[in-house]
Amino acid sequence: MNREFAIEARGLTKRFGDLVAVSQLDLDVPRGEIYGFLGPNGSGKSTTIRMLCGLLMPSDGNAVVLDTEVPGDARRLKPRIGYMTQKFSLFGDMTVLENLQFIADIYSYPRRERAARVEELLERYDLHAQQGQLAGTMSGGQRQRLALACAVLHRPELLLLDEPTSAVDPQSRRDFWAALFRLAEAGTTILVSTHYMDEAERCHRLAILDRGVKVADGTPAELQASTGMHVVEVIASDPYHAQVVIAKIPEVVSVTQLGVRLRVLIPEAHDNPTATVDAVLRSAGLDAQASLSSATLEDVFVAVTLKPRRQAA
Amino acid sequence: MKSLSRIFAILLKEVRQLRRDRLTFGMVVGLPVMQMLLFGYAINTDVRNLKTAIADQADTHLSRQFVAELAQTQVVDIVGGVNSPRQLEALLREGSISIGVHIPHDFDRRIVDRTRAASHLLVDGSDPTILGVANQLRAMPFGFDAGDAGPAAQVIEVRPYYNPERRTPVNIVPGLMGVILTMTMILFTAVAIVRERERGNLELLINTPVSSAELMIGKVVPYILIGMLQLALILAVGRLLFDVPVRGSIVDLYLAAFAFIAANLALGLFISTAARTQFQAMQMTIFIFLPSILLSGFMFPFEGMPLVAQWLGEVLPNTHFIRLTRGIMLRGASIGDLYRDVGYLLGFALVAMTGAALRFTKRLD
Repeated sequence: MNREFAIEARGLTKRFGDLVAVSQLDLDVPRGEIYGFLGPNGSGKSTTIRMLCGLLMPSDGNAVVLDTEVPGDARRLKPRIGYMTQKFSLFGDMTVLENLQFIADIYSYPRRERAARVEELLERYDLHAQQGQLAGTMSGGQRQRLALACAVLHRPELLLLDEPTSAVDPQSRRDFWAALFRLAEAGTTILVSTHYMDEAERCHRLAILDRGVKVADGTPAELQASTGMHVVEVIASDPYHAQVVIAKIPEVVSVTQLGVRLRVLIPEAHDNPTATVDAVLRSAGLDAQASLSSATLEDVFVAVTLKPRRQAA
Repeated sequence: MKSLSRIFAILLKEVRQLRRDRLTFGMVVGLPVMQMLLFGYAINTDVRNLKTAIADQADTHLSRQFVAELAQTQVVDIVGGVNSPRQLEALLREGSISIGVHIPHDFDRRIVDRTRAASHLLVDGSDPTILGVANQLRAMPFGFDAGDAGPAAQVIEVRPYYNPERRTPVNIVPGLMGVILTMTMILFTAVAIVRERERGNLELLINTPVSSAELMIGKVVPYILIGMLQLALILAVGRLLFDVPVRGSIVDLYLAAFAFIAANLALGLFISTAARTQFQAMQMTIFIFLPSILLSGFMFPFEGMPLVAQWLGEVLPNTHFIRLTRGIMLRGASIGDLYRDVGYLLGFALVAMTGAALRFTKRLD
């Protein structure tokens, strides 16, 4: 009965009135992997996650999560999934320990093993010192560790994380991801949404969402290899003016400034991209060097999310 | 000028937000209209159609004429006849009548004698307005002694039951219990789910295996205990400071309170599933609370209200609870005498609870 994929969705669509939040989404999330949803705010990440755990009724399409039809059998699914909401959703007026014990009760965690499990989580997520503290008074990083501890307490097979790191500092994010890898190694499938490129890069596999549509998916390496774009990196002393003149080249799809560097995307169909850019820079009398570069995930993101806009224009 | 434009900016913002906040807008219009209607119809000290039973032991031409004249006043609504004053007392205790008319078998002679009152009005004194009305009846002239000269015979003697000293706290406290519990109980649970929705806890909860019914029951039970505690407090204060009696069984009183508290908590939960914010939940609570004071018989006698107001009153749990508390505390009735009101409260709790559990879907859309 065990399928290869923890999540299989076909044509998943959610409309809120006239707004199409998620459109015709197909999704295959392999078991035991960390699968990322990358996209800006409003791209449909949260809506998709909520449909997958049965919180929202899809307007169209269907999904099989852990061999269970959702939202049809969502009730049977709940004990097997862990969900971490975007907004901190534990009880701020209860202590860390009380929150963990509450979650253990709600999931009917076996009584005899309960104390040991709570202790283990306090240890693993570095919450020992805070166990008597009210959750509402903790820092962003501590809250997030508590939320993760509560989401995994009942040892779910699938963990759905909705922008778990949007309110924490970089060190906490690193620790958080270390914890996720540990869970994945132990066999947990993890679906995590983010709008950070570096986090997306850590995923085994990811889907890029743009305005409710999946515009690309695959491993980070596959995505970087298949942008269909040349990436020309320009180092300029006056990057602003360089950007203005490069943007006027008809073949150029996008120019992104990163400090003194410019990342220029030109479709693969065009030959000699570096020469084209160089020529324009020289004729404008600008001091700059152009060189061919390999695509980063951010380039991929820019490339796939820009396409629809260009077609529309 | 700058200050003026800033004031205008705030003013415009308030109007815009108000226009989008349907419920507050509804309160602006609804509350005054509702209050006017409630007060206008409910305040009616000109009470009519008091439920009355007759024990006519004389059964003479004169006694039947007396009964007919009583009926003509429209103050009393004669619902039936019984054989003895004892049966009248039983009906009074049950709360099925407000006035019992006892006509002794020597009624005709008493009319002629003029030494003793010819008939007795047994009045439910737990409601002061009804007692006032009964006293007016006493002063009424009757046709059959119009021809006689001399001072009019005292045809009617009023015998107030249950609160002969006519002390106000004795009348107010049993009703006040219902009003206090209505306010606190509905409010507690009305905000219970909305608060968690606002804080985001709900999204976590509905993703756990907990079912709607489990969530609802878990939220209601602690407040039942709190309600019982409140009841004990009110009773203790009523006893110690105002000397309010509990003539019936205290166990019966707690049983009645249990049904009432459950009904209110369930109603609160139902509100909670309909409201989007805590503020909305409070607004809705006020819409229940106002009629619970005005139409329940707490402030104005139920019988004095127009029929439509009585129907509305019948729906409210507080109306039934006030009947129960006045019955048990003042008239010494047992819960068996008042089974209809207890039954209604339990049914109300069940329906509201089911409604809340059905309305509360474990989804966000």
